[in-house]
Amino acid sequence: MTGPLTPARLRPRDLAEVGAAGLRARPARVVLSALGVALGIATMVAVLGVSASGQERLRSELDRLGTDLLRVQPGRTLQGGEARLPVESVAMVRRIGPVRAVSATGELPATVRRTDRVPRAETGGLTVRAASLNLLGTLDGRVRSGTWLNAATERYPAAVLGSVAARRLGGPRPGTPVWIGDRWFTVVGVLDPLPLAPEIERAALVGFPAARAHLGFDGHPTTLYQRSAEASVDAVRAVLPRTVNPERPEEVEVSRPSDALAARAAAEGALTGLLLGLGAVALLVGGVGIANTMVISVLERRREIGLRRALGATRGQIRAQFLAESLILSALGGVAGVAAGALFTAGYALWRDWPPVVPGWALVAAPAAALGAGALAGLYPAVRAARLAPTAALNTPAG
Amino acid sequence: MIVELTGVTRRHGRTWALRGVDLAVGAGELVAVTGPSGSGKSTLLHLMGTLDRPSSGEVRVAGHPVGALPDRRLSALRARAIGFVFQQFHLTAGVPALDQVAGGMIYRGWSRRARRERAAAALDRVGLGHRLRHRPHELSGGEMQRVAIARAVAGEPALLLADEPTGSLDSAAGEEVLAVLRDLHRAGTAVVVVTHDPDVAARCPRRVRMRDGLVVEDGGLR
Repeated sequence: MTGPLTPARLRPRDLAEVGAAGLRARPARVVLSALGVALGIATMVAVLGVSASGQERLRSELDRLGTDLLRVQPGRTLQGGEARLPVESVAMVRRIGPVRAVSATGELPATVRRTDRVPRAETGGLTVRAASLNLLGTLDGRVRSGTWLNAATERYPAAVLGSVAARRLGGPRPGTPVWIGDRWFTVVGVLDPLPLAPEIERAALVGFPAARAHLGFDGHPTTLYQRSAEASVDAVRAVLPRTVNPERPEEVEVSRPSDALAARAAAEGALTGLLLGLGAVALLVGGVGIANTMVISVLERRREIGLRRALGATRGQIRAQFLAESLILSALGGVAGVAAGALFTAGYALWRDWPPVVPGWALVAAPAAALGAGALAGLYPAVRAARLAPTAALNTPAG
Repeated sequence: MIVELTGVTRRHGRTWALRGVDLAVGAGELVAVTGPSGSGKSTLLHLMGTLDRPSSGEVRVAGHPVGALPDRRLSALRARAIGFVFQQFHLTAGVPALDQVAGGMIYRGWSRRARRERAAAALDRVGLGHRLRHRPHELSGGEMQRVAIARAVAGEPALLLADEPTGSLDSAAGEEVLAVLRDLHRAGTAVVVVTHDPDVAARCPRRVRMRDGLVVEDGGLR
């Protein structure tokens, strides 16, 4: 025997074979210990997937609703009183070049109730608003049942209910009366939801002339809705206060309803962080489970370790074997977890009618996290296995 | 000389397993080591196989001084030069004979294919060419020990160390196993057999008898 005594390197495939050998003998244990990691990974992937799907839905909703709608409301006067919008503000805004449509509503002090028997205080959070005839077009809304106000019905005690208002009033059908202010109005229509104008969803809308005639409306609009070409929204926004109220532009507030939706998307992102932490804890518990399994595996297989040392395995190769075993376990859990998480995301998104999305980076990061957990879990048992003296390992009583 | 022990002692705590052994085994020899329980036979075998190191004295295997080599190099030495056979076979449950033997060569660095070819040849050599696909529970005790021998010699080591290879077998199966060991010896492998069985010892050309950690008789035909 001559030549340098250098141990042969284990090829990756041989290492995988050696690592899998111990697992093949105990399939039930493999399933159970991989399950822990799978649960953690599935939680993380599902959280990321559901949140991404929700955001995707908000994004597509924003695309559909458009970000070109601006809302104008009166702010505060310098003295702290409530400001008012001039009666002629609608006409003024219409003269801004890029403006495509502008409509006005005026909030009334009157309340809307199902009947006159309902106490005045029980408004259900609903308001009564005078609405211009082109409001529906400006908001890009649709009538769910009945009709929108027209040149005739805007003069009469007729009302159109927003989607939420209709629900809170017990879902009256067109033709039924509701009690507004101190007289009956006939419901002529009910609107579909308006995500960009939740205040309209919660309102009973009457025509400007009817509001003047029956509800004491003074003609000052309280909210203007205005759409312009998408590219000139910022330019329009800059000139709106001066146009609406040239004397007191500081008393005019302009907002962009789509910003509120975008803010909601961001808020849901914050919750995702918390749930992700929960998934990480589950993964940690899964890792501890693998460590447990590996410690037991090393104890049970002392004789095998002795035999392998007799066959020429170095300490490093024994260590690598048990690390490989732990990595295979966690990889199995990781793959199963990603699949389960993606499946859950798809199911949940379909149920909520969202577009199912799992972020690509999560598909890479989740298995990497699983492997990291496996490596940590396997380290201590592997080191212990490698430290065993060959003779002591071989002399372990059969059991 | 394939193995040379000079003034070797091995102490476990306050008890002496070996108290000073000088022994040399030449290439291709067949040696039986006998002696009562606790006489140091197994310790001697472990030292020859570099699984253990002496407390004092020198062990040389294939010319390499065991005491001076780090664990990595000893492992490489075992992989290349030494085969082990144990009383309890140490086969893996549920694994076919061919894979048991091929798996034993994984630390040689040979390709999978080369390992399987050598494994088949080794099993053929111990008379189990027709049992390649059999799993341990489908084999008799003698056959299981022959699979273990095939695993030990498939890498063609110069030295085969057998610790009570017939200890768990009936006399017929023991006879099979001894015949295989004698064949290997005739083919040029040095074989050292630790045994309780006087019949096994009687069939070996050289007999070393131990007592209380010392070699008390060496019936070597030098």
